[in-house]
Amino acid sequence: MTAGFLVLEDGSVFRGRSVAADGVAFGEAVFTTGMTGYQETVTDPSYAGQLVCFTAAMVGNYGVDETRDESREPHARGALMRSLGGAEWASWLRERGLVGLDGIDTRSLVLKLRDAGAMRAAVVSDEREVAPAEALEQVLAQPAMEGQALVARVSAPERYVFAAEGSPHVAVVDYGAKRSIMRRLASAGAAVTVCPHSTSADELAEFDGVVLSNGPGDPEPLVDETQVVRELLGRVPILGICLGHQLLGLASEHRTYKLPFGHRGANHPVLERQTGRVLVTSQNHGFAVEATEGSEETYVSLYDGTVEGFDFPELRARSVQFHPEAGPGPHDAWPILGGFVEELRS
Amino acid sequence: MPRRIDIESICVIGSGPIVIGQACEFDYAGCQALKVLREEGFRTIVVNSNPATIMTDPGFADRTYIEPLDLEGVASVLERERPDALLPTLGGQTALNLAIELAEAGVLEEHGVELIGAQVDVIRRAEDRELFRDAVRSCGLEVPSSVIVTSLDDLEGVPVPAVVRPAFTLGGHGGGFAEDRATLAFHVERGLWESPIGQVLVEQSVRGWDEFELEVMRDRADNVVIVCSIENLDPMGVHTGDSVTVAPQMTLSDEAYQELRDAACAIIRAVGVETGGSNIQFARSRETGELRVIEMNPRVSRSSALASKATGYPIAKVAAKLAVGYTLDEIPNDLTKTTPASFEPTLDYVVVKFPRFAFEKFPGADQTLGTQMKSVGEAMGIGRTFSEALLKAHGSRELEKGAATPWPSLADEDLPDGIHPWFRSEIARAREILASGDIAEAKRAGWGDDTLGEALGMTGPEVRQRRHEQGIRPVFRRVDSCAGEVEAASNYLYSTWGEADEAPPVGDKPRVVILGSGPNRIGQGIEFDYCCVHAAQTFRALGYEAVMVNCNPETVSTDYDISDRLYFEPLSPEEVLAVCDREQPLGVVTQFGGQTPLRLARAIEEGGYPILGTPHEAIDLAEDRERFGLLAQELGVRCPPWAIASDVSEALAAAEEIGYPLLVRPSYVLGGRAMRICYDTEQLEVAMAAVDGDVLLDRFVENAIEFDIDALCDGKDVYIAAVMQHVEEAGVHSGDSACVLPAPSLTLAAALEIEHVVKRLGPALGVVGLLNVQIAIADSTVYVLEVNPRASRTVPFASKAIGVNLVDAACRIAAGSSLAELDLPVPRPTQVSVKAAVLPFARFPGADPVLGPEMRSTGEVMASAGDLPTALAKAERAAGRPLPTSGTAFLSVRDEDKPAAVPVAAALAGLGFELVATEGTARTLRAAGLSIDEITKVADADGGEETVVDLVRHGRCDLVINTPQGSGARADGYLIREAALVARVPCVTTISGAAAAVHAIANARAESALSLQERIGIEV
Repeated sequence: MTAGFLVLEDGSVFRGRSVAADGVAFGEAVFTTGMTGYQETVTDPSYAGQLVCFTAAMVGNYGVDETRDESREPHARGALMRSLGGAEWASWLRERGLVGLDGIDTRSLVLKLRDAGAMRAAVVSDEREVAPAEALEQVLAQPAMEGQALVARVSAPERYVFAAEGSPHVAVVDYGAKRSIMRRLASAGAAVTVCPHSTSADELAEFDGVVLSNGPGDPEPLVDETQVVRELLGRVPILGICLGHQLLGLASEHRTYKLPFGHRGANHPVLERQTGRVLVTSQNHGFAVEATEGSEETYVSLYDGTVEGFDFPELRARSVQFHPEAGPGPHDAWPILGGFVEELRS
Repeated sequence: MPRRIDIESICVIGSGPIVIGQACEFDYAGCQALKVLREEGFRTIVVNSNPATIMTDPGFADRTYIEPLDLEGVASVLERERPDALLPTLGGQTALNLAIELAEAGVLEEHGVELIGAQVDVIRRAEDRELFRDAVRSCGLEVPSSVIVTSLDDLEGVPVPAVVRPAFTLGGHGGGFAEDRATLAFHVERGLWESPIGQVLVEQSVRGWDEFELEVMRDRADNVVIVCSIENLDPMGVHTGDSVTVAPQMTLSDEAYQELRDAACAIIRAVGVETGGSNIQFARSRETGELRVIEMNPRVSRSSALASKATGYPIAKVAAKLAVGYTLDEIPNDLTKTTPASFEPTLDYVVVKFPRFAFEKFPGADQTLGTQMKSVGEAMGIGRTFSEALLKAHGSRELEKGAATPWPSLADEDLPDGIHPWFRSEIARAREILASGDIAEAKRAGWGDDTLGEALGMTGPEVRQRRHEQGIRPVFRRVDSCAGEVEAASNYLYSTWGEADEAPPVGDKPRVVILGSGPNRIGQGIEFDYCCVHAAQTFRALGYEAVMVNCNPETVSTDYDISDRLYFEPLSPEEVLAVCDREQPLGVVTQFGGQTPLRLARAIEEGGYPILGTPHEAIDLAEDRERFGLLAQELGVRCPPWAIASDVSEALAAAEEIGYPLLVRPSYVLGGRAMRICYDTEQLEVAMAAVDGDVLLDRFVENAIEFDIDALCDGKDVYIAAVMQHVEEAGVHSGDSACVLPAPSLTLAAALEIEHVVKRLGPALGVVGLLNVQIAIADSTVYVLEVNPRASRTVPFASKAIGVNLVDAACRIAAGSSLAELDLPVPRPTQVSVKAAVLPFARFPGADPVLGPEMRSTGEVMASAGDLPTALAKAERAAGRPLPTSGTAFLSVRDEDKPAAVPVAAALAGLGFELVATEGTARTLRAAGLSIDEITKVADADGGEETVVDLVRHGRCDLVINTPQGSGARADGYLIREAALVARVPCVTTISGAAAAVHAIANARAESALSLQERIGIEV
C-alpha cells in the first residue's frame, strides 16, 4: 500500500492509503451518505466524472456481487473511504482501474464540501509519483461539472431489449440508466426496451410509455435531449427520473441550477404533497429544477425545500428528482414505478 | 397534524425498580417524555415506585406519585387525578402490562382515561404470540414455526432443538433453549409458571442465525422511518440484552438490509402501532438469507435507548410528540434544528455496546448465556471504525481483572462461537496492529494506553507521555445524525484519532467536568446517575458550563440535553484526562458517580486538574483503614476493633486478637464485593482464599441495629439530612436492607450521639459536599462502621423523603457556598418512608437467595405513608412481593434466632395464620404455647413423606421465614428458599425482617395515593 492523497481545487489535501488501482483520477469530489450499497453507487452512471467520498465509517464489509452492478462498469473514478472493510471490494476496484484511498478523514472532507460546495479534485495513489502541487495544477486545468454534457459517454450505443415479455411496452431512454429502473419496470410486468439518448421523439412515441432515466452531468447543455422530450410531451405517457426529471423540467420551460453540494444518500425525506405523506428516498443529484409558482410540483424535499417532482396531467407526464427504483436505498417510492406500469396497462 | 387539543392532562407510567432487563433506560425515556409534554403545555402526572429516577423528581411533573406499580397503586392515582390520557409506552414491559390490566379491569373506562401511544389491541397483537404470528404472516413474512403451549401435555410431537418463550415476561424471563426433550419439559414447566397468562411458545430453534434489530417509528399519517439498525455479534440463542451489538449493521448488503427495512415497515403497520417507536428483532440465515421475525416491542425499549444514543435521534421524545398528535415531518430533528424527524439517521461512525455481567455476585449460578437475560448493565463505545468502537466499549465495562464474564478478552479463542467472520477478521486485524507496536496505528485501531503499554512493556502513563511527545493526541467528533450533510450545533462528542478536531469549546464561562458512573452493576447504578444529572443541572444554574463524561447508554446523564457538552467516553484516566485537556475545567466533580470517578481522582489531580468539592485526600483518609483508625481515635469515635492482613496466617493471628465473628473484605470496595462474615477459623481460611491483596478484618457487631446517615459538610459545618434505620440487622449489606426514615427505634440519646459523631467526622476528613456514615448501635453503644465522603446510594431516597435536594446543595457547597449561606431547612418529614430492595435471584438459579454482607440487589422501591406498617406493606407490594394477610406461614430459624422467632410466630398465629415449622423451630414454638404443624426437613426425608419444599411447591404456603445457619444444614435452607423463589412466595431471611413483615401484616391501613409534592409540602 502506498501513501496517496486527494487534492481539492482550493488546495486542501487529504492523505490516505492507496488500496485500489495505481494512478491519478480527476473528477468532481462529492459525498454520499448511504450506509450500504457501495458497489451500486460506483456503478451508477450518474456518478460519471466524480470522485465519491463515502461517509459510512466502513466500506466494503460484505464483499461484491455481480448482481449489484447498476451498469456494465464503474462510472465513478475514485473511492474515498475512512476505513476499508474488506479486501474483496479493494480488489474489485483495482481490477476495474478505480483509484481508492482508505484512511481519509472523510468527515472533514464532507464538512468542507458541504460548506464550500462540490469541487474539482484529483485522487493520487502514490505521492512519490505525483506531488500535491503538481496534481493541483492539473485539477485547475479540468473543466467544472457545470456545463458538462456527459450523457453521450454513458448511454447505450444501440437500442436493446431488457425484458421482451410483458405489457405494456415501456421505453427507457438511457441517459445513464440504472439497471434497477429496468428491473422494477419488468417486475411490474412491463416489457422493457432501452433506447439510446439520441432516440427521436417519433421512435419513442411508438411505445406505450417512456421513462426518462437518470444520468450524469449538467442537464442544461443537453439541448437535443430536451428537444426530444419537448416533442414527445402529450404524445405518450412519460415518467422522468432524476436527470429525466430535470429534462422534463427544461422541456416544460423550467430552469435548472447547480446545487452547492447536491443530494446523495439513502435517507432523504420527501413530502408527497397530495397525501401529506413522507417518503424516505434514495437520491443522487448535483443539479435541481428551480421552483415556480405553478401547481405542477408534486414532491418537495424536507431538507432544503427543493423541487422533488412534477406532474403535468394534461400532458400525461410526471417526474421525480429522487430514485424510486432505489438500488441502493429504501423502497418507499417503488410504487411510483409500479404505479406507472399499472396506469399504462389500464 | 398538529398537537391534540382535546386532552389537557397526561399520566406517564414508569418502569419501577431496576431489574435485569429493565434498567434506567426507562428513566431516560420518561424524562424526555415528561419534558416534551410539559413544553407542549400538558399537565403531567407520573407514577413510578423507583425513587432513584430523575423522572420522579418533584420538578419533573406537575404531580409525582411514588406508588407501587400495580393495579391498585395506579388505579388509586388515576382516581385521584382523573387525567385525560395515559401514556404507557415509555415505562417498559411493566407499564405496558399495567395498561392492559387497567383496561381489562375497566379502570380506564371508569375514570374516562384514554390510552395514548399504543392501544390495547395493538399491545395484544405485538405481545400475544399467536396474534403476532398472524400479523407477521399477513405481511408475507415468517416467524419461527412454533406451537403455543398451555400445559405439558401439549408438547407431544414438538421437535427439538427448540426455544421456550413465556408470554408477557421481562427480558425473556423464564424461557430457555432446549436441545433435548427433558430440558424442553423443564423449561416449559418453569415458563408456564413465569408467564402471568400461563402461556409459553415453543418455537423452531434458529440458534446460530444472525440477529438484527430495527428501531422503527410510525406516526398517525402512516409515515414510517427506521431510526437505527443494530446487529448482534453473538448470534441467535443469546438474549439480545446479553449480546454484544453494533450499530449500524455491518455485514448486510443493501438488498439484504432493504429486505429487513421493508419487513419492519410492513410489521409495524400490520400490528397497528400508530404513534411511536417499536423495536423489531429478526433472525437471518447467513447461508440462505432466509428471514424470521423473532419479536416486536410496541414501545420504547432498551434497544431504543441504545439507538437514541447511537444516532442522536431522541426516540422517546419523538414518541411522546407523536402520541399527542404531531407527525414526524412536524417535529424538528433535535441536532440539526433545520431538518425534520421524518428522516433516517445516517452514521459516519460505529457504535458498539457491551453487556456488563455480575456473575461474581452469584456464586453457584449458571453462567451460560441463553434466552434469559443475565447482564446487569451495559457500556457503549463510539469510534470511527468498528474496532475502535469495540475496543472502547470492551474497556468501558470496568471489570475486575480475572472477572468471570463472556468476552473476557478479544483473543480469537474468547470470541463467541458462530460470530460472523467479518467481525472475527476485523478483531484479528486490530490485534495485528497492536502487535506491530506502531503507536499511532494502534491508537487509531482503538487500543487504550494501558493495553498498548502491556504490549510495549511500558505503563499506560508512559505510553501517554511518549505519544504526547510524538504529537499523537485524540480529536473529538460530533454525533450529528446526518454524517455532516446538514449543519448541526450538536454538543454530543466522542474521541477518535488521526483526523481533524471538531467543535472545540468556546466562550469564557467557567467549566466543570462531571464524571458519571459507567455501566450499571450491582452496587452502582441509577442512584449515581441521578446524582450526576442533578450536579449538571445545578452547576448550569450556577453559571458554569457542565461537561459530562459517561459511557452508559441507558442513562439520563448521557442525554445530550442534560449538559452543555456530552463526551461519550470510557471512564478511564486516558479518556478523562483528554477531555480535561480540551475543556480546561475549573475543576472535576468526582463525588457523584459512585466508585468509578473516585478511582480516577488521583490521576486527575496528578494531571493538574483540581477535584471540586471533597478532595482526593479526604477519600483516601476515609478509605485507608490505618489512617482512618488513627483519625477515629483522635476524634474519640468508636469503631469495631479491626486489623489488616495480607495473608491467611496474618489474618488468623489478628482474629485471635479481635475475636469472632469477623467481617472480612478487601479494601476499596463498593457493594460489599467479596465481603464475608466468619464465625470461626475455618470460615476465615475459606474467605481469605477468595481474595487477593490486603484484607480488612473487622469485629462484626452482632445483634446491632444499623443506621445510614446522609449529611452535607462544607469543611466546617455539618448538616445531617437523613438518619435511616435498616430493617434487617447488621450483617446484611446496606444496599440490600430495607430502610426506614425517620428511624423508628432511635432514642434521643442515640440520635444526639450520632449527630455528634458525624459532625466531628465531616470536617476532620475535609469533606466538602456529601458524606455518608454507616453506624451500628448495639447495647446502646454507637460504632462507626464506614464513612464515605461521596454521594451514597440513599441520596435520591433521602432527598425525596425529606424534600431537600441534597445533590443541589452539595454542588453549591463544592462551588464555594457555606452551609450557613444555603440555610437548608431542618428535615422534619411528616410521613414515614421505606426503601426496599429488589433482588434478581430468580435470574440466577443455583445461587442461594439469601441476604448477606455482599450486595446483590439490582434496584429499589420507595413507599411513603402515615405510619411505618402501612409504608412497609406498600414497599413490599411495590417490590413485587405483596405480604399475605392470611394462610400458612412456614418458619425455620437458626438457633440464635429462636427466642426472637417466638413473638413473630405468636403474632402470625394471632392474625389467623396456620403455622408450620421444622423440628427444632417447632419445638421452641410449642414450648411457647403455640400450635404448630411439624414438617420434615429435606435432608431428613427418606422418601415418601412430604417435605417443606413440597409444601411450598404445591402452593400450600403463603409466607416463608427462614434464617440461614452460620454453617451446616445449608443445603436444606437453600432448597427451601429456592422453592419459595420459584413459587413466588415471600421469603424473609432475617429475623428482624420477619418481625417487620409481621408488624406490617398486622397493622397496615388502606391509604389512598398521595403525590410527592403534597407529601413534602411543595408546589410546582
